[in-house]
This record gives sequence, C-alpha cells and structure tokens, in this order.
Amino acid sequence: MARLSMREAISQAMWEEMERDPNVFILGEEVGVWGGSYAVTKGFYDHFGGERVRDTPIAESVIIGATIGSAMTGLRPIAELMTINFAFAAMDHIVNEAAKLHYMFGGQFVLPMVIRAVTGGGRQLGATHSQTPDVIFAHFPGLKVVAPGTPEDAKGLLKAAIRSNDPILFLEHATLYQMRAEVPDGDYVIPIGKSKVQRAGKDVTIVTYSKGLEISMKAADELEKQGIQAEIVDLRTLRPLDMEPVIESFKKTNRAVVVEEGWKSFGVGAEVSARIYEQAFDYVDAPVRRVAQKEVPLPYNRTLEQSALPQVADVVAAVKEVL
Amino acid sequence: MDKQKYLDLYYQMVLIRRMEERGAELYQAGKIGGFMHLYIGQEAVSTGLIAARQPQDRVITAYRDHGVALNCGIPVSQIMAELLGKSTGVSKGRGGSMHMADVTKNFWGGHAIVGAHLPLATGLALGDKYAGRDGVTICMFGEGATNIGFFHEALNLSKVWTLPVLWVCENNMYGMGTAVGRASAVSEIQQKAEGYGMAHERVDGMNVLAVYEAAHKAIETVRSGSGPRMLEIMTYRFRGHSMGDPERYRKHEEVLKWEEQDPIGVFHAYLTTNKQAADKDLDEIDQRALAEVQKAVEFAEASPEPALESLFDDIYYTEEV
Repeated sequence: MARLSMREAISQAMWEEMERDPNVFILGEEVGVWGGSYAVTKGFYDHFGGERVRDTPIAESVIIGATIGSAMTGLRPIAELMTINFAFAAMDHIVNEAAKLHYMFGGQFVLPMVIRAVTGGGRQLGATHSQTPDVIFAHFPGLKVVAPGTPEDAKGLLKAAIRSNDPILFLEHATLYQMRAEVPDGDYVIPIGKSKVQRAGKDVTIVTYSKGLEISMKAADELEKQGIQAEIVDLRTLRPLDMEPVIESFKKTNRAVVVEEGWKSFGVGAEVSARIYEQAFDYVDAPVRRVAQKEVPLPYNRTLEQSALPQVADVVAAVKEVL
Repeated sequence: MDKQKYLDLYYQMVLIRRMEERGAELYQAGKIGGFMHLYIGQEAVSTGLIAARQPQDRVITAYRDHGVALNCGIPVSQIMAELLGKSTGVSKGRGGSMHMADVTKNFWGGHAIVGAHLPLATGLALGDKYAGRDGVTICMFGEGATNIGFFHEALNLSKVWTLPVLWVCENNMYGMGTAVGRASAVSEIQQKAEGYGMAHERVDGMNVLAVYEAAHKAIETVRSGSGPRMLEIMTYRFRGHSMGDPERYRKHEEVLKWEEQDPIGVFHAYLTTNKQAADKDLDEIDQRALAEVQKAVEFAEASPEPALESLFDDIYYTEEV
C-alpha cells in the first residue's frame, strides 16, 4: 500500500500496463512532450518514447478514429481526451463506430480500447469546459462507462479497462486528481461493472459515483454527528449498471438519495430511482430524492458556479427529507 | 499480367454486375430491406484496385460495398445472404447492405457514415506500422466524403505520422444528387491532397487496367515507406444513388453517354481486340457468373433467419458482469 493521489494512481496503472504489454500505447493532445494537460502522463514520453506516447494534432475525430482502427488490429490504445467536452467533436466515432462495430459486423471486430477523459465542473472554466455529461455516453449499448471516485478504484478499474477487449470510456473528475488515499501496490485489478458500498450505514442509502462520492462522504460525516447513519453505494460504472448492492442496501434502509454532478433531467438519479421503484417498490418508505446540478450552463463567476453545483449541504438536506 | 489474370478481372466485374442486378430485383420484390447502393458502372475501380493489393494489405470502404466485398474474396453467397439478412450472411445479418466485412479476407468494412471510416483507416495503418509489418491500408471513399472534416483530419494525421495508407477517392460526380461542382470548392478532388503535401494522381476509372497499373504503383510506393498518397479515380454510377433515387439531378442522355464507356464493355473490347480472349470465352464467363449468382440466391433464400435468442450476442466481447 502507498498513499497516492488520484493522478498518481491513474498514472501508475498506465505505467504498469505499458511495462506489462508492448501493445499498450497512449495517444492524445499533449500527452507526450508536454506530459499531459493534467500531468497524468508526466515522464511517460521520456521512458516509453514517441512511438508509444503519441502526441496528436488537435483533432478529436481522428484521435478516436485512430484509436478504434488500431484497436481493431490488436493494439491496446489509451486515448486521452483533454476534456470530455471535446468528446462532442468525436461523437460520431464514439457512438457510431466504437459502440457499434463489434455488434454490427457479427462480432468480427474486437476493440480493446480505452478513452480517458477529464470530466466535471467547478473550476471556473465557463459553460463549454465545465460539463459533466457522463450519462450521455452511458446511453449507448456497446460502450462501457467507468467513473471512479477514489484513487484505489481508479487504479484497479483502469488496469481492468486496459486489459478489457471492449471499448471503455474512463471518466476522471478534474477536481478529484488531488484526492489522496491508500492504493494497493502492483497488480491490482478491479472487475468492471461492480458497484461498491463505500460506507456502511442503516438509516438511508446514498447512491452516487465520481465527484458525487466525495460530496456524499462529507455529507455522511455531518449526518453522523446528528445521529444519522448513511450507507453509500458507489456505482463506479454507469454502463453496465450494477444495481444489486443498491437494491440490497435499499431493502435495509427503505430510503434513498441519488447524488450526481450532472444535470438532473434524464440523469443518473432518474435511472437509479426508476430502477429502485421497479425492483424494490414494496420497500419504499419515502420518495427517492435526487441531488444534481441546477439546469443551467455553468457560469464563470465562482459564486454563481458553486451555487449551481451540488453541495454537501444539498445532500444533507435531501437525506433529511427522506427520513 | 497473364491471360488468366485478365479473364479473372473480367469475371469479377461481370459477377459484381450480375449480383447487383439480382440484388435490385430482390429489393424490388421486398426481400431486401433498408438502404441499398449499387456499384453498377464503377466495377473497374474496385476490381483493378484490389487486384493490385497483396494479402497483407487492408481494404476499408464506404457503404457502396458489395463489389468491394466480392473483390476482396467474399463469396457471392455470403453477400447475398447478408442482403437478405440471413444468419449465413458475412455479418450474420446484423449489418445489411452497407455493413459487410470479413477480417479473414483483410476487408474491414463497409461503413455507412460518410467519411467516418477515414480516421479508422489511419488507425489500421498505425497498427501495421507500430508492429513493423509492411501492409498498406487501402481506404476507398466517394468524392462527397472529401468535404467533411473527417477527411481532412485523417489525411493530415496520415501525413504527419507517415502512415502506410493509400487514399482512394472514387469520383462518381455526384454526392447523392449534388454535383461535385455544387458541393466542393475544387472540382478536381486530387487538389485536396496538395494541402497535405501528398502525392496524387487522377486515373480513368472506366478502364480496369489503368486502375490496376496506377494502384499497383501507388501501393508499392506506399509500402516502401514514403508515406500516404492519393488516387482520384474518375468513374460514374449508372444507377441511382440508392434504390430510392428519383434522379432529378441528371439527364438521361448523360447516363447514356457514360454507358458508352461501360467498364465491362471497354474491357471486353480490349480483350477481343488484343486477342487475349475470344467472344466465346467471354460468353462462357458471363454464363458462369449468372450460374454463380443463381446458386448464391438459392443459398441465401434457403438460409435460416438469425435466431431470436442471438439478439443480444456480441454487444460486448466480454459478457456483462
């Protein structure tokens, strides 16, 4: 075990996988000489060389297109999108190619590829650079969407993603890169598609993922002071969505709050609450509450931006509503 | 090129023509669904081009792909079965007319979003370059695809990374119903290669030997490590863009004029004039192609529908956890 930041955990996962398998390589904007816009690939270019750490033009369609094509030949590319907001320029390749090719050609094409993308708001970058559009990508069968909330999960899930033979979107929240926690050394792999109880409790179930986990943990600390024990289920993967631990927890607490950073409409909260009603209606003691971003393009001004993003107090308030 | 190879090229072109004529009939009879785009008139392009490739060279194309699939070595029966949506189809009935591929034949599809397969081609070529193999990726697309951003991103990257790609523009004069001059800033598409410092050449696409010669030279030059090149192959489709094309955008006389240059007729004349084949030999080939297509239709019609239980197969390589 070592105490690592989320950034270091992600970096370590890629480094180890590149040492392990010569077919693993990285491509993206500023991943090489610069060392990564968020310094995740710092030192990679000097160690692995320009063939395996490939700087690309600022051209997202061909970044993802080349990722898909090279994966089809048996390589294991890791593409870095500087932000998920730039994925929209590559939407056709993510949605119409990556998510479809394996199925549409009767299983002939195999796409062992990972798209790493930085997601999330809260850094005063304005409306186009601050979105948390994670759920959009979870809409498409054929794609897997992984979004860890701790350094340990980031390492284990990224190693699993790199070894997987499916196209995987791996979402890293920009404001979690500094988060520090214990991370197992060496070959630590977590199966994709498993939700996890990150904190045990008996009074209410908080369902969340990514940045929402950090907020929910803080909210649970405050609730604890008031004698309320929240159980936190971290989805970790949006597609495939593992509801089992959620339902299991809900059957115990009979109350749930879903916390996400993206907009509420058609979001994770909508999906998870619908599934709770479908799968555990007899256990419902209160309407499921959703904590999410206010329905507005995020403004630059810090106060305005923070007022639109879900806060610890919002989670605490929502929990009290369902109790 | 020896006589046998000439006859084989002739056979492939005739086979594509007969296969697609039957396809059109089956479409009109309601046995083929969705969109279907016929290659009739353009057979010399794919036939000459793919005759010039080596087995390690990958081929990727757009949605007008039946002929390309056949030239790559996919049997007519599997193409026909795919058109009919059968489980014996080359894509197991999942893809249809626009999405045929066979990895074992180094044919990488069959892609229906205009221009979107060009970035994929850079990745295929990168795969070979990364692994130190000497394969060339041959990427075919229509002139209509040269106006979309994918084209420019892909050509640029291929040059920056010196990727082994031969870009092959099939200029059939119309992007759906819009004439090239109404959609592209330059009507001579090969000029676009200049913007990426890429060698290029314009080729007569109604002459299968001209295509073969140009393709052979270009493929081997790319294989030598000199980076990507572009061919602009001038051709014409005799049928509509797809099966539902009212053809208001061109005059019938224009089609008739191009039909005088029918690539099969041109090659037939070449072979008989140069005494490479007698009329009788070529008639025999025509009959052989007709019989092959008939057999393929019977195979496809007799093939089973995909099982309903297979609906969820192959969404992922690994099972969902």
